[in-house]
Parts: sequence; structure tokens; C-alpha cells
Amino acid sequence: MLELRHVSKLFFAGTADEKIALAKINLSLKPGDFVTVIGSNGAGKSTLMNVISGVLTPDAGEVLIDGAAVHLLPEYRRSRWIGRVFQDPMAGTAPHMTIEENLAMAYKRGKPRGLQLGVTRAKRAFFQEQLARLNLGLHTRLRAKVGQLSGGERQALSLLMATFTEPQILLLDEHTAALDPSRAELVTRLTESIVREMKLTTLMVTHNMEQAIRLGNRLIMMDKGRIILDIDESRKKDLTVEQLLREFERISGHKMADDRVVFG
Amino acid sequence: MLAILESLPKAIEFGLLFAFLSLGVYITFRILDFPDLTVDGSFTTGGAIAAVMITHGYSPWLSTVAAFGGGCAAGAVTGLLHTKGRINGLLSGILMMIALYSINLRIMGVPNVSLLGEPTIFSSGVSPMLISAVGAVVVKLLIDLFFRTDLGLSLRATGDNARMIRSFGVNTDNSKMLGISLSNGLVAISGALFAQYGGFADNSQGIGMIVIGLASVIIGEAIFGTRTIFWATLAAVFGAVFYWIVYTVALESEWLRLEASDMKMITALIVIVALVIPTAQRALKQRSVARRRSAELAGMAADTEHGGGR
Ligand SMILES: Nc1ncnc2c1ncn2[C@@H]1O[C@H](COP(=O)(O)OP(=O)(O)OP(=O)(O)O)[C@@H](O)[C@H]1O
Ligand SMILES: [Mg+2]
Repeated sequence: MLELRHVSKLFFAGTADEKIALAKINLSLKPGDFVTVIGSNGAGKSTLMNVISGVLTPDAGEVLIDGAAVHLLPEYRRSRWIGRVFQDPMAGTAPHMTIEENLAMAYKRGKPRGLQLGVTRAKRAFFQEQLARLNLGLHTRLRAKVGQLSGGERQALSLLMATFTEPQILLLDEHTAALDPSRAELVTRLTESIVREMKLTTLMVTHNMEQAIRLGNRLIMMDKGRIILDIDESRKKDLTVEQLLREFERISGHKMADDRVVFG
Repeated sequence: MLAILESLPKAIEFGLLFAFLSLGVYITFRILDFPDLTVDGSFTTGGAIAAVMITHGYSPWLSTVAAFGGGCAAGAVTGLLHTKGRINGLLSGILMMIALYSINLRIMGVPNVSLLGEPTIFSSGVSPMLISAVGAVVVKLLIDLFFRTDLGLSLRATGDNARMIRSFGVNTDNSKMLGISLSNGLVAISGALFAQYGGFADNSQGIGMIVIGLASVIIGEAIFGTRTIFWATLAAVFGAVFYWIVYTVALESEWLRLEASDMKMITALIVIVALVIPTAQRALKQRSVARRRSAELAGMAADTEHGGGR
């Protein structure tokens, strides 16, 4: 489904500030895999997401989706396959447009856009049905401007927008980190049910260790641009947060340095 | 006073001619969040194309449509400079405006083309006010409709949250170019109408048009608000009309003693005031909230002290 072969990304290459954000990453996801990604600050997690989504072009290596190389395509051309939710709740929606207009734009993800009406009666009914699944009462507020929603509501809407067209790949980069605990919990629950229901192939960066262990069927740990640990479903089942941290220290040789880390 | 009343119909006619300019500026300034200075050049381009085609015997309507096309082309170049050339937005507009000065002269051949005795879209006998009013309303409604289509939505999102709409597969470079192009096409329509109405096209006709467009948009917004696209475009149309009414009243009133040459400064002042007020309002509001909150907090602290004493 998704495959990365020897992917490297450098910042400020050739200068004194050179940073190796990704160092020959190899990663392969099977259809339906739900992989959680953890690692210290600056480990390269966001860079990994950006190289897959096309925000960044890798300096070396290949990114393949369904066997086709996509790493040279610009971001807007990769959206055909990829749905994304950002860390910043403001980033995934257009604040001065209505809920239904935002959904209409997401509905056309990766498809050509012409002069057909964006919001039709049939689509509105579909949007209502989809919004109702969030259980936030948003289905009664189709014509409200998204800027009036709370951060949690906006993030739930972003999640819906990224997923309701069933992308081949879903990328979540700390999409609950900017929310207060109860809202974060809500969005996490929604993520879990949507991913399971649609069997989306998902890569989710999180700072919540407990969550990283509980969610998904595979866990990878990054440090200094490398994947240093890759834990499959059977081993992940009875893993504890302490074991995970101890393992991190053993392999990387230093403590997990992370300003946002949540142990569970 | 009488003079003012007598000149009102003229002011309204003028306003309706400039409604297309105002709609164009609305698209770049408000929808795309792109301050586009091409306008001063593309306004003249519109007048130049229309005047030259009409004097060569083409239908005034066809000439006006061609002017729209010319404006679109000018806007597309500005868009290219900004997106593909990665030139700063303001600078792209200025560069194009300067280049258009020469291009417009080339189109006209001479600095001034007279339309005296030539047929224009206003020489049919129908009142100019009716023609431009119908034109402005039709174009306004078409723009409303366009901004509800998939393509129109993606254009609005490009101005509202470019990162988001890119993640849904829109090439935001293209949508910016489309928007800037459309905007300058509308501006050129105003230029074409203005030349036909005034009976001549002049190479300096466009000077200051961007500020007039901005003033119109801002005045309209102050009156009608911007809740939806429908209201915002309505505001742009009527903003242009109100601008020219204010302009005429200011010019005709005896005690103000203003000359026509003062009006560019007055227009700039309107825009400056309108841009400064919202920022100042926000700052004031922020301060009053902060003051109230700190008073509340002080009150709470005092309460607990009292409570402790009893
Ligand atoms: N646009 C950029 N320009 C320069 N350096 C960058 C850029 N993006 C990331 N880096 C650097 O690349 C390295 C990896 O950054 P990345 O954002 O991928 O880390 P991360 O694992 O997401 O960290 P965090 O947990 O803080 O989000 C860091 O050293 C960072 O400073
Ligand atoms: Mg990150």
C-alpha cells in the first residue's frame, strides 16, 4: 500500500546547520495497517509525514503508493490518495466558509473541480448524515461558519473531512496535541472508530505513550531520523509504557526527550 | 444644495460604471487576500481596447467583451509573476502596472483616442444608468453563482486557508492566477465603460483606480456587512455608488472648497481611516477587557482577604 525506500531528507545541506531529518528510512505498510509513531522532539516524525504527503520532496529514495512512485509529484497531486489532519485545529478547515462548504471541498479531494454547484441537495443530505456520526450536533449547523466552532469541533470536522472520502492513506500528525484532555479523548475515540470502520491505512504520530500502545496494530519509534524500533501487533498487546521507555533508552542511548510527552 | 441634487443621477451613473472595478477589487483584496496594483494599468487597458476597436468599426458590445479579455490577460501575467516567478505580490502588481503603461500606449498608438461621434453601448437611446445597472447586477449574480461552484469554493479557500485546500488537491497557484485574472477582467470592463461614457480613452485614465476600488469595497462593507458572498458583492456594487455620491457631494459643497484634484487624497484618506479603525477598535476592546478582568481579579483577591478576617 505505502512503501518508503531509503528515504532521506536533509535541511540546510552542506552548511554548519546541517540537519539530517530522515536517514535512509525504509517502511512498508500493508492495506489496513494502523501504525502509531512515537519519538523525541526533532526525531523526524513530521518530516516523515511531509515527505509522504508531498509537502517536502525527499533528497534521496522513493515513496510508493500502490506500487507507483509518487515522491516527485507535488502535494496537490498526491491528495488523490492521501487524507491528512494537522496538529493545529485551525489548519484543516477554512474559517470564513460554512461547514457544508468545507465538506463540499473535501468531498472533491483529488478530483477535478469545475462549474458544478459545490453544495447540492443530495450532498447536503450526505453531509448531514456524516456529521451526525460525530455526535457533536454539527449536523444542525451546516450553514455556520467554521470559524465559530471550538478547537475540538474543528478538529473533529477536519478528521471527518480527511476521511469520509475513504483515502488510501490517512496521515495524522499529533492531531489531538493542541486540544484539552477531554476534547483530545473525544477526537481520539472518533479516530479509532472511523479508522476501524473504513479500514483506512493510517500513520498516526502521537505523544501519548499509552495511546500509541493501545491504538493500531503496529508501533514504530523514531530517533534522529531513523526508525529505531518496530513493534508488531502481537508484541504490542502486552507492552507497557515503562517497557517502551526502557527500550527507547537501551537502543538510542539517551532518555526520551519530549516536551509534550504524555505517559498515559 | 440644488447643484448637489442635480448632480446625483450623474454620481449614481458613475458609481454603476465603477461597480465592475469594485467587484474586481473585492475578488483580489477580500477573497484572495492579494492586494493587486495591476488595476491602475488594466483599467486603462480596458478603455484602450474598447476605444481602438470601436474606432475600427467593431460593435461596442464586442469591444467591451474584448476589453474584459485584455484585462484577464493582464491579470494572468501578474498572477504568473507572483506564483511561478515567486515575486512579492505588491511588486508583481506594480511591475505589471508599469509594463501596461507602455502596452496601453501601443494599443492606442496615441495617448488619447476620441470616441466622439462613434457608436457606444450608451448611444442606443436606453439610459446609461439602466444599462450599467442591469450589467452590474447580472455580473454580481454571476459572481455569486461562481463562488458556489466547486471551482469557486476552491478559489475562496485559497484565500482563506491555502494549506488546507492544497491538502485536498487544489493547485493554489492556479486558483490565484484565475482569481487575479478574473478580477482584472472586471476592472477592464469598468475601463471600457468609462471610456465609452466619457467619449475618450486616455493613457492616464487608470491612475488611482486601485484606491477608488478599495474605498468602494470598504464603504460598501461598512454599510452592508459581509455575512455571505451575496451581501459582500452587493456591498461592492453599492459601495461604488456610495463612493461616487460622497465624491460628488464633497466636490459640490461650497464650504468644503475642494478641487477635483484633491479627490485622490480624500479617497486615500477614506481607505486609510477604514483600514485603521478596525485595528484600533480591536486594540481598544482588548484593553477594556483586560481592565475589566484585572478589576475582577483584584475584587476576588479583596474578597478573600475580607473572608479571612471574619
Ligand atoms: N522546514 C524545516 N527547515 C529546517 N529544518 C527543519 C524543518 N523541518 C524540520 N526541520 C528539522 O528537522 C528535524 C526533524 O524535525 P521534525 O519536525 O520532523 O521532528 P518531529 O519528530 O516532528 O518533532 P516534534 O516532536 O517536535 O514534532 C529537526 O531537527 C528540525 O529542526
Ligand atoms: Mg512534529
